[in-house]
Amino acid sequence: MTALLETPPQAEDRRTSAPSRPQRTLARILDALLTGAGKVVAIAVLLAVWEVAPKLGLVDSTFLPPFSTVLESWWDLALSGKLLDNTWASLVRSLSGFGLAVAAAVPLGLLIGWYKPVATLLSPLLEVFRNTAALALLPVFVLLLGIGETSKIAIVFYACTWPILLNTISAVRTVDPTLLRLARSMDLSGFRLFQKVILPSSVPTVFTGIRLAGALSILVLVAAEMVGAKAGLGYLINASQYNFAIPQMYAGIITLSAIGVLFNQVLVALERRFTSWRVPVGA
Amino acid sequence: MSAHIAFRGVSKRFEVKVRGSRQHTEFTAVDGIDLDVGRGEFVVLVGPSGCGKSTLLDLLGGLTAPSEGEILLDGRPITGPGLDRGTVFQQYALLPWRTAQGNVEFGLEATGVPRRRRAERAREFLDLVGLTGFEDRHPHQLSGGMRQRVAIARSLAYDPQVLLMDEPFAALDAQTRESLQDELLRIWQRTGKTVVFITHSIDEAVHLGQRVVVLTSRPGRVKEVVPIDLGDRTRQDDLRSSTEFARYRHRIWDLLHDEVSRAQLQEKEVVGA
Repeated sequence: MTALLETPPQAEDRRTSAPSRPQRTLARILDALLTGAGKVVAIAVLLAVWEVAPKLGLVDSTFLPPFSTVLESWWDLALSGKLLDNTWASLVRSLSGFGLAVAAAVPLGLLIGWYKPVATLLSPLLEVFRNTAALALLPVFVLLLGIGETSKIAIVFYACTWPILLNTISAVRTVDPTLLRLARSMDLSGFRLFQKVILPSSVPTVFTGIRLAGALSILVLVAAEMVGAKAGLGYLINASQYNFAIPQMYAGIITLSAIGVLFNQVLVALERRFTSWRVPVGA
Repeated sequence: MSAHIAFRGVSKRFEVKVRGSRQHTEFTAVDGIDLDVGRGEFVVLVGPSGCGKSTLLDLLGGLTAPSEGEILLDGRPITGPGLDRGTVFQQYALLPWRTAQGNVEFGLEATGVPRRRRAERAREFLDLVGLTGFEDRHPHQLSGGMRQRVAIARSLAYDPQVLLMDEPFAALDAQTRESLQDELLRIWQRTGKTVVFITHSIDEAVHLGQRVVVLTSRPGRVKEVVPIDLGDRTRQDDLRSSTEFARYRHRIWDLLHDEVSRAQLQEKEVVGA
């Protein structure tokens, strides 16, 4: 009896855990190193071209100073404290708008997705708002909220809301129907169904929206800061260009892209952590 | 002894929209089903595709209500879903974010078993389906056969009186299917549950059922109930090649044959119309 009981899983097990553990870890480390090296090489090439091209006179070094010059200017900015001040101003605005959007749009999206009549009622409205570029509304925000912090946080909030809201709604509405059938056959209450089935199965799609919003939060903020602000990386870049401090302008730009990459990496790591149960890509 | 499950003149009709017009026509899925299932019995329903097998199971599960007649469970009519019946679906219906253990506990959470007992009981039932050592695997790390074992363990763990199985092995390869059939029989003998099993495979029906209910093609009616007497099936090595098995197999094949061709004809009519 026990033999009968244990043979089939072992037979089936063979295909689920084929390579032994240490071997797999080693392969994974090698793989990570290779991909890491690949990424570094690409960036190194870009920086090398940036460094060499102006020095060889291929481009006008006034408008594209060599990377080392930009780096020097970045260092000066950092030492003077200007870089930190401006970065801080941008981060506060960006993260406040983004955070508020997550806090508002996720619950709202769950609600709209869950109550079909609400979704039907609101979907034309959502469609209109989603397709209205946030930046087109910037003058409206400035008119209504002034040029202070409020209008900047508000425009980031506005831009971030849509991807999160729409993804959350679709996450709730595309829950695997067999799981809903299972819940129904078990006579689960509406609340339990929501808590134990809908919510966890929505996480991956909601996170996709959050990641899109993360990228948008920086994009929109920089544009807003270029239009009217007294601090922030967008302001720094724009003001540097006006004052013909070109290396400083590039220093602002690389800071911005570094922040963008970092922010995205943090969100990706969070996403991985919360959706580790998903079938790994390529498995 | 009164029947554990009793179908009394059960019919189910659906309103179907006629394509290209605003009219509705009525579509009879099952019609006038009378059937008694005893406590602890293993009954298999077979029929051609579209004969309303799944409708019958939905009715039994309380997911839909009959248009006519009633279904009694221990003398009380079924009015909705409940934990006194456990369903095993063809597509496993496992929660992908939970481990095997967590999936079995999912059923127990609904019944209000205290947290500490849940883990213990889940392990017990994973052991029953032969999955000791796989408690921490997520569904995507398990093979199809193992997933269905988890689903069976989940349905058994909250201790329903009746196990409803909707073509549970249809998506599995032949070898896994056979080993799971044997295991299901063993589990059934050990737990003494009443099992209502749906399949379109004659072999599976003969192999598992104490009685095989042959349904007619649309609308589904009970054509004949064939009692299968093959002794204790878990003790025989190659039951499927015995002459007894072949005789039952042929008998049911005969009964189904007309129905299958009739069903095909119906399908052609629908397509041609």
